[in-house]
Amino acid sequence: MDNLTRRKFLVGGGALALSPLVVSRAFAQGKTIKIGAVYPLTGNLASTGLDCKRGVELAVEIINGKYDLNLPLARTEGIPGLGGARLEVVWADTKGEPKNGQAEAERVITQDQVVGVIGAYQSSVTKTASQATERLKVPYVCSDSSSPTLTERGLRYFFRVSPHDGIFSHDQFRFLKDLEAQKKQKVQTLGVLYENTEFGSNVGKEELKYAQEYGYKVVADISYTNNATDVTSEVGRLIKANPDVLLHASYITDAILFTKTFKEMGFNPKGMLTMAGYIEPGYLPAIKADGNFIIVRSTFALDLAKKKPLVGQVADLFKKKFGIEMSENAARSFMAPFVLAEAISRAKSVEAEAIVKALRETNIPGDQVIYPWKGIQFDPKTQQNVHATGTLVQIQDQQYVTVWPFESAAKDVVWPFPAWKSRK
Amino acid sequence: MADQLLQQIVNSLLIGSVYALVAIGLTLIWGVMNVLNFAHGDFLMLGMFTAFWCYTLFKMDPLFSIPVCAAVLFLLGVGIYRFIVSKVMKGPGLAQLVVTFGVSIFLANLAVMLWTPDFRLIEKPLLSGTWSLGSVQLSIPKFAASVGSVLVSAAVFFFLKRTRTGKAILAVEMNRDAALLMGINTERINSLSFGIGSALVGIAGAFLSMYYYIHPQVGGLFGLISFCIVALGGFGSIEGAFIAGILIGLVQTLGGYFFDPAYKYALVFLVYLITVWIRPQGLMG
Repeated sequence: MDNLTRRKFLVGGGALALSPLVVSRAFAQGKTIKIGAVYPLTGNLASTGLDCKRGVELAVEIINGKYDLNLPLARTEGIPGLGGARLEVVWADTKGEPKNGQAEAERVITQDQVVGVIGAYQSSVTKTASQATERLKVPYVCSDSSSPTLTERGLRYFFRVSPHDGIFSHDQFRFLKDLEAQKKQKVQTLGVLYENTEFGSNVGKEELKYAQEYGYKVVADISYTNNATDVTSEVGRLIKANPDVLLHASYITDAILFTKTFKEMGFNPKGMLTMAGYIEPGYLPAIKADGNFIIVRSTFALDLAKKKPLVGQVADLFKKKFGIEMSENAARSFMAPFVLAEAISRAKSVEAEAIVKALRETNIPGDQVIYPWKGIQFDPKTQQNVHATGTLVQIQDQQYVTVWPFESAAKDVVWPFPAWKSRK
Repeated sequence: MADQLLQQIVNSLLIGSVYALVAIGLTLIWGVMNVLNFAHGDFLMLGMFTAFWCYTLFKMDPLFSIPVCAAVLFLLGVGIYRFIVSKVMKGPGLAQLVVTFGVSIFLANLAVMLWTPDFRLIEKPLLSGTWSLGSVQLSIPKFAASVGSVLVSAAVFFFLKRTRTGKAILAVEMNRDAALLMGINTERINSLSFGIGSALVGIAGAFLSMYYYIHPQVGGLFGLISFCIVALGGFGSIEGAFIAGILIGLVQTLGGYFFDPAYKYALVFLVYLITVWIRPQGLMG
C-alpha cells in the first residue's frame, strides 16, 4: 500500500511537472506557433527598433496570408508543414541594453513558450540574448547584427542570415579589385580609420588583414575615440599620409564630424569606403549634399528592384502598410521570420532539435531573398549564411544608390571622388 | 610636413578659444558660490538648440541669435539658481554636487523627449566655407567662433574688473562674509553670477552651432573638458580658464597629431593631473 502510494505520487507528480510543456507545445502545433522578437523598442535606439519591427510584421503577414510573391511560404497560408499553423510574434523590448536582451529572451522562452527567437539589432544585445537561448536550447535566427564574433562562438542554436563586418570588409577589397579590372582605376595606398570600441577596432583588424592579403600599402592606420569634440588632428594625419582610398568604420556622431572636417580641411582621396555611421537614418538628413560620393556598405537598397522585381513588390507592400519607404534596417529584419518558419515547416515539428536540424539543411535559393545574394545556406561549423554578401551603395544626389557588385548596380560608380573645392 | 604643423596649431587655437569661453562660465559660478555646475555641458546643448530653433523657426542666423541664446540661458541660469541651487546651498556639500548632476540628467532627457535624438545641423549658416592662407585651411565659421569667444572673454574680464557690479562679484568671490558686511547683496550676486555663467555658455553654444552637430547628448565631453580647464586654470580664475582653454586645445590637437589620436583625451587629462600634482591650486589659482 505504502509502495503503491509512493509510485502513484511519483508518476502523478512527474506528469504534473511536465504538463505545462506538453499542453503548450501541443497547443502550438494545433493553431499558432509563437516566436520571440527581441528589439530596442524604447530608449535611444527606439526609432531603429521600430523600423526593424515593421520589417518583421510584414514578413509575418506574408507568411500567414496568401501572396503571389516568390518568397518562402508566401503562396500558402500559414506554415504548410504544420497544417497551416499561424505564426505569432511575441515582442520583447531590450531598451538597447545587453542585460535586458538576456532577460527578455529568457522571459519569452519560459513564459510565452516561444519556439524560436529573432533579433536584436545591436551586436552586444544579440550576444547576451543568444547566450540565453543557447542555455534554454531554443533556436535563434539573427538577420540584423553584424559583429563577426557572434558566429565564432561555436553556439549550437544560433544562426545568422546576414553578412558580418568581416564579410563587409572583404567586400571593400573585392570592390577595389573589380574597380581596377573593369574600370581601370588604380589604387595603391590605403588609409584605415576606425573608432576604437568593439565594432570599429574589429573592422580595423579585418581591413588591415585584407590589405596585406590583397597587396595594398597602408599609409595611415588611425584609431580614434568616438564622440570626440574635434577631429582635426585625425584628418591632419590623413592629409599628410595622402592615401588613395580611405576606409572608415564609424558611428553616426563621428561620421558627421569627420565629413565636415574632411571638407573644411580639404581631404581629397580618390574614394571613401565607409561603414555603419554613414548609412544610419540620421546621417544624410544632417549632412545633406556633403555626403555625396561617399561609398557605404549595405545589404539592401530600394533600387535593387531594377534588377530584382521581388524587391520592388516587397517594398510596395511595405509602403502600403506603413506609409514610409522600406529602410535597410527593416529589410534586414524582414528575412529572419522566413528562415525560421521555413525550417519549422520542413521539420514538421516545433521541437528545438528538429528545427535546428532543419535550419542546418536550409537551402533557400537566391531568387527568394530580397538581397543580391546567391541564397541562404548555413556553414556547418559557424552557422553563418555562406552566401551573405554586402553591396556597396554610393551617395549620389543625396540618395543611396547601389553601385557594387557591378552586375547589380543601379548606377555607375562616380570615381574618383570629386575634390571638395570643385563642387558647388 | 611643416604646413600640417602650422595647420594643427591654427586648429588648436580655434577649438581652444571656444573651450575657454565654455570654461569661463563654469569658473565664474564656481568662484562666486563654490558650486560645481555639472549641468554646464547641458547648458551648452540648450544654447545650441536655442540657436537651432531660432534658425529653423525664424530664419535667424546664429550670428544674430547670440543675444537670444545669452538671454535664454541667463534666465535659465537664474531660474535654476533661485529655485534649485539656492535651496540646496543651505544643505550639505554633497547635496549641492548631486543636485546639479540631477539637473544635467533631467535636461538631457528632456531634450530627447522634446526634440528626439536626431542629429541636426544648421544647414546654411551665413558664415561658411574656408579661406586658404598659403598651406593653411582656415574654416570661416570656426574662425568667427574663435574671435567671438576671445572678444566675449575679454568683455567679461573688463566687466569684472571695471564695473561696480563686476567688482561686487569679485568681492563676493574673495570673501563672502566681508562682502555682506560691506552692504553687497550676496544673494543677488549669486543669482547674477549663475545667470552670467550660463549666458556665457549659451553664447558658446550659438558659436558652436555654426559648425557643429546639435544633439541632446552633445554637451557631455565639452562639460568634462571644461571641468578640467577650470581646475587647470585655477578654480574661480577667469584669466586662468582662458589660458588653460588654449593650452588644452593645443595638447588635444597636437597630441592627437604627433602622438596618437586614440589617446588625445587621455593626454589632456594627463596634463591636467601633472599640473595639479605640481601646482594643486592650478595655474593662476
